[in-house]
Amino acid sequence: MADNWQPGINNSLLRARSELLQSLRSFFQQRQVPEVDVPVLGRSTVTDSNIESIKAVVSGNSAYLQTSPEYFMKRLLAAGSGDIFCLGKAFRDAEIGRRHNPEFTMLEWYRCGWDEHQLMDEVAELISQIANARSEAPLAVTKVSYADSFESVFGIDPQSTELGTLQKMAAELGSESWAEESRANCLDLLFSLKVEAQLPDGLVFIYDYPACQAALAQIHLDAQGRSVSRRFEAFFNRMELANGYRELTDAREQRQRFDKDREQRHADGKPEITVDEKLMTALDAGLPACAGVALGVDRLLMQLQGAESLDQVMPFSWSRS
Amino acid sequence: MANYSTNEFRSGLKLMLDGDPCSILENELVKPGKGQAFSRVKLRNLKTGRVLEKTFKSGESLEGADVVDMDMQYLYEDGDFWYFMEPDTFEQHQATEQAVGEAIKWLREQDVCVVTLYNGSPLSVVPPNHVDLAIVETDPGLRGDTAQGGSKPAKLVTGAVVKVPLFLDEGDVIKVDTRTGEYQGRVKE
Repeated sequence: MADNWQPGINNSLLRARSELLQSLRSFFQQRQVPEVDVPVLGRSTVTDSNIESIKAVVSGNSAYLQTSPEYFMKRLLAAGSGDIFCLGKAFRDAEIGRRHNPEFTMLEWYRCGWDEHQLMDEVAELISQIANARSEAPLAVTKVSYADSFESVFGIDPQSTELGTLQKMAAELGSESWAEESRANCLDLLFSLKVEAQLPDGLVFIYDYPACQAALAQIHLDAQGRSVSRRFEAFFNRMELANGYRELTDAREQRQRFDKDREQRHADGKPEITVDEKLMTALDAGLPACAGVALGVDRLLMQLQGAESLDQVMPFSWSRS
Repeated sequence: MANYSTNEFRSGLKLMLDGDPCSILENELVKPGKGQAFSRVKLRNLKTGRVLEKTFKSGESLEGADVVDMDMQYLYEDGDFWYFMEPDTFEQHQATEQAVGEAIKWLREQDVCVVTLYNGSPLSVVPPNHVDLAIVETDPGLRGDTAQGGSKPAKLVTGAVVKVPLFLDEGDVIKVDTRTGEYQGRVKE
């Protein structure tokens, strides 16, 4: 006999969840962007050193639950699909907490020919439409560069400041072991603990992430001539909600970044992941210039409803599954 | 002691941090979408009682602290140490003044306290939530003044001073809540 058979979500939130999924779909339907339901189970997965895939076995061969629909969507884009969106499940191992669940609902979409600022505007339109339908005060939307938001809290530039200074700050804020960490990790700690906590209410876009945190985004020069990545994140009431890029389309540079990921995984003692060669061939064939973004739907519902944890907005979070 | 990795962190777990035993109060996973995961932990230093916040990289591990809580009977003090006994084994432990701390004000021989042992020695002492103690010094009682609700200081047999209603006299036994130091009522003997 198990006593926790009941769902974590109450009936009114269960309905709100259903309505949210419908609103998201109708937003794209109105804009004539088709939905694609790409596989959640694939032969390959991401090499990202900070994301762990959940392994599966298919007919005796190893497979992976997808950590996002990104690679399959990019293959569709390379095949000429045009704008597409996907609303489905994504899986990440070892992510369990108030704001994390190993299985979650992700909305991801791509806009061909757009840059990251046009896409940020569309994210703002989507969230505003949904938030304003159920609230009298319009949703506040703010846009600020990573460097400006970092400097407003710490008074220093995140990219030109010496690594030793950042390590010292991170060690003071976190624990001694940060004194040896990379720039990207130190910045993540400082940003997550201090900058995020001071963001205003509503929707906040942080753009032009440091080049060391580019992931799959293009690199360009910002207004001050600093080399930054064309990556943005959206925060809703200080909670990370979405991550987007002006997508990297250069297959050679992409392979270099994947190889760097793999080296990092090796150095960290994490399981080896081979590069998704089908994705690489698709990039060689040509990914159209585009911008893409992935958004956590459960977290969106959590913020819209003022819920305290994902457990309250999911039928069955991991602890109840 | 065993080492504990951040994914084993949960409230109540006792760990060594900067040479002091600590108890985890809260642990939250922080994971930027494209960044490394870390554990944001609130801990209480069991020596000083201070609450501190630390953030560890996910997968980092800390040494467990050899800390156990045990019910023990308070026996006596000899000016240097306070002596407690394990009820099952009759094994005695001597606690320093620092370890006994605030509990000094409430200790009465034979009372059962919670003694926290760190590497086998008393680290802290928590007295029973309620203790019955006799008043040894206070202004004379004012009978018939119970409605007024005034209070006066009273010194108890253990040396603690608590606020009591005006009608109480020296020799009266009262019940005190040791967590707040407040008078709870008179004990009829």
